Amino acid sequence: MLGVELEPRAAPLRFMRWGSPLLALALTLIASMPLLWTLGLDPLATWRIFFLEPLATLNGVSEWLLKASPLILIALGLTVGFRANVWNIGAEGMFTIGAICSGWLALHFGGAAPRWLLPAMMLAGILGGMAWAAIPAFLKTHANASEILVTLMLNYVAALLLAYLVNGPMQDPQGMNYPQTALFEPAAMLAPLAAGLRVNASIFITAAAVAAAWVLLERSFLGFQLRVGGSAPAAARYAGFRQPQLVWLSLLVSGATAGLAGMLEAAGPLGQLTPVISPGYGFTAIIVAFVGRLSPLGIVFGGLLMSLLYLGGEAVQMSLNVPSSLARSFQGLLLFFLLAADVLILYRIRLRRH
Amino acid sequence: MNRLELRAVSKRFGETLANDAVSLTVAPGEIHAVLGENGAGKSTLMKIIYGAVQPDEGEIFWQGVPVTMANPATARRFGIGMVYQHFSLFETVSVLENIAVAMDGPFDLPALAVRVSDLGRRYGLEVDAHRLLHHLSVGERQRVEILRCLLQDPRLLILDEPTAVLTPQAARRLFEVLRTLAAGGCSILYISHKLDEIRELCDSATVLRAGRVVGSAQPRQASAAELARLMVGADVPTVARGRAAGAARPRLEVRDLSMPPQDPFGVTLRGVSLAVNPGEILGIAGVSGNGQSELLSVLCGEIPSAPECVLLNGEPVGHLGVAARRGRGLAFAPEERLGRGAVAGMTLEDNGLLTGHARGLVRGGLIRRRETARFARAIIDQFGVKCVGPAALAGSLSGGNLQKFVVGREVALAPGVLIVAQPTWGVDVAAAAYLRQRLIELSRSGAALLVVSEDLEELLQICDRIAVIHRGTLSAASPCAGTDVEQIGLLMAGSDAAAPFAA
Repeated sequence: MLGVELEPRAAPLRFMRWGSPLLALALTLIASMPLLWTLGLDPLATWRIFFLEPLATLNGVSEWLLKASPLILIALGLTVGFRANVWNIGAEGMFTIGAICSGWLALHFGGAAPRWLLPAMMLAGILGGMAWAAIPAFLKTHANASEILVTLMLNYVAALLLAYLVNGPMQDPQGMNYPQTALFEPAAMLAPLAAGLRVNASIFITAAAVAAAWVLLERSFLGFQLRVGGSAPAAARYAGFRQPQLVWLSLLVSGATAGLAGMLEAAGPLGQLTPVISPGYGFTAIIVAFVGRLSPLGIVFGGLLMSLLYLGGEAVQMSLNVPSSLARSFQGLLLFFLLAADVLILYRIRLRRH
Repeated sequence: MNRLELRAVSKRFGETLANDAVSLTVAPGEIHAVLGENGAGKSTLMKIIYGAVQPDEGEIFWQGVPVTMANPATARRFGIGMVYQHFSLFETVSVLENIAVAMDGPFDLPALAVRVSDLGRRYGLEVDAHRLLHHLSVGERQRVEILRCLLQDPRLLILDEPTAVLTPQAARRLFEVLRTLAAGGCSILYISHKLDEIRELCDSATVLRAGRVVGSAQPRQASAAELARLMVGADVPTVARGRAAGAARPRLEVRDLSMPPQDPFGVTLRGVSLAVNPGEILGIAGVSGNGQSELLSVLCGEIPSAPECVLLNGEPVGHLGVAARRGRGLAFAPEERLGRGAVAGMTLEDNGLLTGHARGLVRGGLIRRRETARFARAIIDQFGVKCVGPAALAGSLSGGNLQKFVVGREVALAPGVLIVAQPTWGVDVAAAAYLRQRLIELSRSGAALLVVSEDLEELLQICDRIAVIHRGTLSAASPCAGTDVEQIGLLMAGSDAAAPFAA
């Protein structure tokens, strides 16, 4: 009888750190074939529409980057915490609070258009996200409350707060009672990089954040402490690393990036606040972080890939008239295969005869 | 007919040949020693017999019949029991439940509890069956492992360094247990580095080196030096100990430390006082679970105490944390190598950084990769850590090799005060002699060393003074020269812990 065994490797296989997402992508394509046949679709044509068509035009590329940017930015912040075993799943709420805080500045000072307005809005977004993240950080370090539950529940609080504000205090007086704020003045918005496109300077901010996160996570002693705290708390205590500070750092950094992403979305493609301002960026960013192997460069690829899956999903819906759940099946398959392929980093497969 | 016979068994892991055509026979009722250095392939061989690892080549005969040990359950059905060096116990459940999961048949916890306590009393392996495993010390965990095997009435019992954590008296009781078992027809495979023990206990010995059988011996006829030479392939270095420098102001002092335990099953420390002078090694003997881990947590700063209870270089530091104490020249090598002393999923380079970061490995908040690699490389070379290099994961090293790395790292920090728990647990003879020599050298260069060990011979070999801990009380320290092992053994068992034992 032939059996399959997993044998631990003496050292992790570096090549598979990059090989496993590619392998996962290939397996996703193969596994989706029967699904597409069942729907009466030609797999090759579907994949072309799904993966290539969205990027065929300049506008398509613009939309691709515009969607990838917040995903990457949020995922970078979350990764800081995930490496330290701090499970912040409240980026959606921090994103919302960041948008609210910067939106308030935009509505109050947009008319006067002071030169400091955009930087101040960024700062407001960052501080807002951090303040929201400080709640789970305080409860975790002082009352040992699970940050998973606290951050998750605060998402709903933030969503309801936004709904209240756009239906009340921040509602557009000339808005015919629609639940939305007035449109931001141009001074309170990020200008598109080129006429006719929606992509704006936020991608440069995200690029800078990638570089900063790389230094923090891969080169700094603080990043090392986060990793030790995450994988072996007893070793972190033994070495004298301060756990509560690492919890605070993890949550504040992820709050800052999510809040900043909220500001960039409000002052970018949205240009106002509405009851729903995020298509689930805060949650999708969790997948991006893991697809990107919790490494800053990997997250860039992960963000671009997830953004493409959004666009591709829309494209096949429109061109082929298939349900939107197809795109989500792709996401699910991809994540599933990625987790499976990850085993090969630390283990080798051996066939053996019994 | 032989109880067990291996014929030309080989096992390869990647590039390393862990076992190379190993043959071995064990007769019914025989106590058979397997000797070898770290990485000689002893543990792999035992795992093959126990079905935890499948051989690439070779045959296994059980009672003369060729068999395949597909998995440990098969091996247990044949009547093979194994006590691993790395315990295979579940942390979050009780002792009793840990024993129950390994038993075939229905769960009857109350009946099992009675059998466990009977067996524990009979063999001197007492342990509270209802305690959660993660509260247990290493020594207590081993008792659970041994009990678990004995409950299954084995025909072949494999023991991997079973006496490492026992008092001399308890070890002797264990030998009685093993002899009784052997007299009843149970065969025993006994792995140990303690050559005297093997000579006392075992009928025959197979010696492994680099995966191959290099010889067999009649331990009762051979001298310890002969056995060691066979195993190492060269003469074993002996540990030389100069005189301790005269007493100056103590580097490390504990004054009347009393503290309830943090965890409900821990040990209360009662009026512990000690002083370690520069240039000397103070040993703390005792059976594990008598307050050692609690005392160590207080000393290294993981658990704060009143400031004046712990003094470093004469300054009160009881209230200071780990980092502040390390900054004042304290280093510590804990008993738990994986998960505390080292992070399993990290490279040796990163594990060097874990406590070596203050030694110029970090500048401006950034890690200096070239320096960290050099630091790890130096430890690997100096302490003979067998691994693929600084990029090896700590979890891929054998227990003894990781121990060399962790102790080596703390020694390499050139600390003013070094606290070491079980410095050579699971380390082979030659490496243990080397580690001990380095500890002595470090002390003679002016550092103050506190060594907590359950290996009494080790303490007597390296320490200048020795104290015994029992139920949270520390005896006064007495000079090692001229101490009586029996007397210390009695103190370890709690006969009169308050009095010094040497006149």
